[in-house]
Amino acid sequence: MSELARKLGAVRQTRRSTVSTGVSLPVLALLAGVAVFLLVGCFTSTIFAQQTVAGLAQGAIFASLALALVLIYRATEVINFAQGELAMATTYVAYQLLQWGVPYWVTFFLTLVIAFVLGVVIQLVFIRPVQHRSVIAVVIVTVGLFILIDGLVTWKWGADLKFMEAPFGNTVYHVGQVAFSRNDLGVLLVSILSVVLLWVLFQFTKLGLAMRAAALRPAAASLVGVRVNWMLAMGWGLAAVLGAVAGLMTEPTQFLQPTMMQPILLYAFAAAVLGGLESPAGAVVGGLMLGVFLNLLGQYVGFATSELRLPIAFGVLLLVLLVKPNGLLGRRQVRRV
Amino acid sequence: MAALLELEDVRARYGPVQALHGVSLTVDEGQIVAVLGANGAGKTTTLRAISNTVRREGAIRFAGNSVGRGGPDDVARLGIAHVPEGRGTFAELSVWENLRLGAYTRRGATKDDLARMSAYFPWIEERRNQQAGTLSGGEQQMLALARAFMQRPRLLLLDEPSLGLAPRLVTEIFRIVKDLNETEGLTVLVVEQNAHIALQLAQTAYVLEVGRVALSGPSAELQAHESIRRSYLGY
Repeated sequence: MSELARKLGAVRQTRRSTVSTGVSLPVLALLAGVAVFLLVGCFTSTIFAQQTVAGLAQGAIFASLALALVLIYRATEVINFAQGELAMATTYVAYQLLQWGVPYWVTFFLTLVIAFVLGVVIQLVFIRPVQHRSVIAVVIVTVGLFILIDGLVTWKWGADLKFMEAPFGNTVYHVGQVAFSRNDLGVLLVSILSVVLLWVLFQFTKLGLAMRAAALRPAAASLVGVRVNWMLAMGWGLAAVLGAVAGLMTEPTQFLQPTMMQPILLYAFAAAVLGGLESPAGAVVGGLMLGVFLNLLGQYVGFATSELRLPIAFGVLLLVLLVKPNGLLGRRQVRRV
Repeated sequence: MAALLELEDVRARYGPVQALHGVSLTVDEGQIVAVLGANGAGKTTTLRAISNTVRREGAIRFAGNSVGRGGPDDVARLGIAHVPEGRGTFAELSVWENLRLGAYTRRGATKDDLARMSAYFPWIEERRNQQAGTLSGGEQQMLALARAFMQRPRLLLLDEPSLGLAPRLVTEIFRIVKDLNETEGLTVLVVEQNAHIALQLAQTAYVLEVGRVALSGPSAELQAHESIRRSYLGY
């Protein structure tokens, strides 16, 4: 067609490798090293294997909530401080449904739908009006939502511990000498499955592409016909769904109370920073790594008792911010103008 | 020839600054129309008024119907593709995803269009997985055209396609625009500082001065016009 364009293409092809923006080699090496270490550990020690699986289950919950934070961060450029409380509130909704006699898995999916609607409504009513003002205004609104949701839930259901039907039971499986709790495996499966489904939505569907475009470049997205406001609202809805998964998967080990998601949110925050706040894959990797790390530390390091779990998580967060502010998988912005 | 786009006394402002003081212009179906003018004359604002990316007053009709005051997304759905200042590249997404976004408002298969698009931009196919932000300026401009092509618009709004590009690339870009106009029957409203090349491309041109139409007419006439030659063509 055109000589010039073809030449340009040929020249650029040889340069392609130099402008790739994939994961850096040291990070890949680190992740591979961690994986090998865990695998070797699991085959040499049964306790190590047990703690690793339990840690992965914990980490999957961090990952779900961290991913919710990342989704909103990418679209709105704020950390949604109410994400944990929203997750807690939707878990109470599930509790209420179960009280009314709805079967667990029906409740599970109903809760996800309700969470989606709740997320969309919150974005429309509270976030959209202040979104164009300033980042700090949105942050303050999310802090306000934190207090509002916390208050409403305590007012409606009380602050005492509540118990819900356990979705996976208390069965323990034995593989050789290693004992896996059915609950851990179930939590891991459900969390990972929801993350994978979300990834498929974003990566392979037109809707997901439009949502990414709306979050990254709202002005350009609206020029190609994307309903940007709706996409952003749906982003909040999906984040709320992930939060609901995290809440529902947390409940069996923690019991239900209004403060139950507060530490989880902090772990999720650390996980998101570890992975790179911009990176969904990073949130998942960061969550899983943090969960396993904290569990193994508790097992093998005497002084790292449960009281130190949160401070240690924050130590990780601080370290990441000092050493590698973009996180493990956070992309450097490469752009030529 | 029927008028595809009509602007009547269109005004727009940015806060206290009035950018358009009543612009009227007509784009006939199948034409290429250029809007010329110095910096700050209101060229970009004119395009932004059409695509509703700036609040405006006055009447805009597209294919006989009044264009509402909805968002830019509504205008895009009418069949108007706007390649804005900065080219509207989704820099973080791949070339391929940029093209898919171009076809966002359309239903059904886009395979045929992809094949036809490749005829105009042969390099795009093999670089489909490259991150769009790593393309050169000229390539990003071509990608913007390809993205607009995928939208299958009746009208293309093109904002300063020559900006920041080497002269050879500018010629190349304008040749493709001409090609799209002749082969696909695409109507184009192009805003340009480079009056010389714009007048060669367009059949009709409007010259804006501080938010008003100062001159308009067939390109050939404007090219011969004394003040245009002195102010914009420089000879």
